[in-house]
Amino acid sequence: MNVFREERNPMVNDTINILVAGLGGQGIIRASDIIADAAFRTGYDVKKSEIHGMSQRGGSVSSDVRFGSKVLSPMIPRGEAHFLVLCDLSQREVFWEYLRPEGKIISIENLGDAKLPHPKTLNTALLGFLSKFLQIPTEKWREAIEHAFPVKLVEINLAAFDIGAKQ
Amino acid sequence: MSTVSKFLLFGNEAIAHAARNAGVALGTGYPGTPSTEILECFADLGGHAQWAPNEKVALEVALGASFCGARTLVTMKHVGLNVAADPFFTAAYTGVDGGMVVVSADDPGMASSQNEQDNRHYAVAAGIPMLEPSDSQDAYDFTAAAIELSEKWYIPVLLRVTTRICHSKTIVRPRWLFPPVDAPRFRRDIKGRVMIPAYARPAHRKLRAKLSEIAEWSETSSLNRIHEGSRNLGIITSGVTYYHVREAAPEARVLKLGITHPLPIKLIRDFAESVDRCIVIEEGDPYLATHIRAAGLAVESKPEIFRFGELNVDRVRRILAMDTSPEPQPPPGKLPELCKGCPYRPVYDVLHKLDCIVSGDIGCYTLGVLPPYEAMDTCVCMGASIPVGLGMRHVLPPDQRKRVVSVIGDSTFIHTGIPGIVEMVYNPPPDGHVVIVLDNGTTAMTGQQEHPGTGRTLDHTPTKRVSIEEVARAIGVTQVHVVDPTRDAAGFEQLVDKCLNSRELCLIVARHYCILAAPSIKEFEKRTQQQFDYECVPGGTESHGE
Repeated sequence: MNVFREERNPMVNDTINILVAGLGGQGIIRASDIIADAAFRTGYDVKKSEIHGMSQRGGSVSSDVRFGSKVLSPMIPRGEAHFLVLCDLSQREVFWEYLRPEGKIISIENLGDAKLPHPKTLNTALLGFLSKFLQIPTEKWREAIEHAFPVKLVEINLAAFDIGAKQ
Repeated sequence: MSTVSKFLLFGNEAIAHAARNAGVALGTGYPGTPSTEILECFADLGGHAQWAPNEKVALEVALGASFCGARTLVTMKHVGLNVAADPFFTAAYTGVDGGMVVVSADDPGMASSQNEQDNRHYAVAAGIPMLEPSDSQDAYDFTAAAIELSEKWYIPVLLRVTTRICHSKTIVRPRWLFPPVDAPRFRRDIKGRVMIPAYARPAHRKLRAKLSEIAEWSETSSLNRIHEGSRNLGIITSGVTYYHVREAAPEARVLKLGITHPLPIKLIRDFAESVDRCIVIEEGDPYLATHIRAAGLAVESKPEIFRFGELNVDRVRRILAMDTSPEPQPPPGKLPELCKGCPYRPVYDVLHKLDCIVSGDIGCYTLGVLPPYEAMDTCVCMGASIPVGLGMRHVLPPDQRKRVVSVIGDSTFIHTGIPGIVEMVYNPPPDGHVVIVLDNGTTAMTGQQEHPGTGRTLDHTPTKRVSIEEVARAIGVTQVHVVDPTRDAAGFEQLVDKCLNSRELCLIVARHYCILAAPSIKEFEKRTQQQFDYECVPGGTESHGE
């Protein structure tokens, strides 16, 4: 028989799971795009998944990003997220069940008294803080941010990222 | 940099890239989550893409092009295939010359849909071959394979994707090279293309013969794959579920079916016999399990509760354990709502205040059903608002029927609303009827796509505009009004009240740009210095009664 047979993969256990959550209009999808792109540029296998459609109408929005040597399902199983990036604290109750017991919540509370260049850059500032825990080089983050925004918004977002990374 | 180029793409983007690389001459469809971005991406890549007024028209335009040897791509969400079902079934008989790929983007779990129908049944019902990708790489490869398959057997192919394929990004290595396609030309084939009964009867037999050949081919096609594993557990699956399965049961031997119609029954039998326990795990209806069992194979299927909603790793673990205990409910989250500044808000204020019985339709404005308005009483499918409202008007007692209003959006009006207006004029209810067209100048729900009423094509190029008010007048609606309820809420309320009491056939176009789309619409208009003879330019309050 001609059927293609895949090699048996080694057990997959190095996948990092990041759930980004908030409300429509807070840049959730953009933030998850940047994480996925930075991981992709670093050379990881990456999957990212979310539900579109209602995202601009103020409802809860979340996006799953997974990266590692080999990612299988695009969706993070309940209780397996290493990081929950919250752009809106109101969503903590909605999504905390996805976090591992030892998982970390990343929110505005991690930014202390830091002053953001613009309230809308909260998402990139949180990515800056997140970046401290991930094996992704800074230049890959910068490339992903440069790629994600129109030219006039790149500087302000790089600045927000740096503020987050310095906390 | 690696010499092999690779991209991180949504499934929708992967389909568009493959179609572009394969020399697809025409992409057509109607916007619908989760399918919308396919044609937008295809256009961005330089492909010729068009929005059709509805999915039936889209499929027929593509069919005409494929009759002439052009490769075509037709995209729609699952419920769109209901609209396109008529040509879809008979296109299986006529066949095509140029490869034709029909994308049905299903929405298990109903993230943004009115039902979670499983369109795999359509492939069987129509006799159309079907491929189901599991990630973006598959979406790319299977689009290319669908074109090859379509051209080898001269038959349209259904590419069945789901929300998690369309809207997940995974890595894609483009790896297909297509020979150039011959230039389109007309080739007369009356017996093959004109489906009068005398020609359709042999065409049906020919179709069944093709499907037998395709079934034989699918037995050894590399689109079906086996992931080697323990012989204790064998899982048959397709689509994104394959990856949930691999994660939930890393030890299992897995048959990943890429071709899910016609099914490779010998391959499935060999697989089932190779393992101690064989279970079919699939999202949606027990489609694979039913057909595999009908072939006489004793495979396990998921418990009934897993017919509902999307699958994921947790749910696959439960299926494997045959665990039917109550599942943890997905987080409810915050419901979406009509945007602050949405021009539909004042309309629903009035409908709520006048205690109207509202026959609604599909779009952002369906959110008018939620508090504080709760101003929608029915919503079934695209275009249903007008006929359902008419049905109510025909049978309700006078005090109730006078409060019935049909509410429909601009894009939906063009899609399937117009036949409802014809019905209204042809079979008027005893006390007339009131239709409100919510015209925000865009297909807002799916992400601001153009439609024939905006006067711009898919890539925002100006074209002739279809005027909703002129269509209504031409069909014979007695009173046609064009107003801006955002500018004059009180005047709008008076007008609705007057229409409800007029006992005439009334159509009110409530026109004001979508708050989210307005900046881009103004930009498009400025860029092209486009000027329409709008009866009510956005912001105006002019009213035309007759």
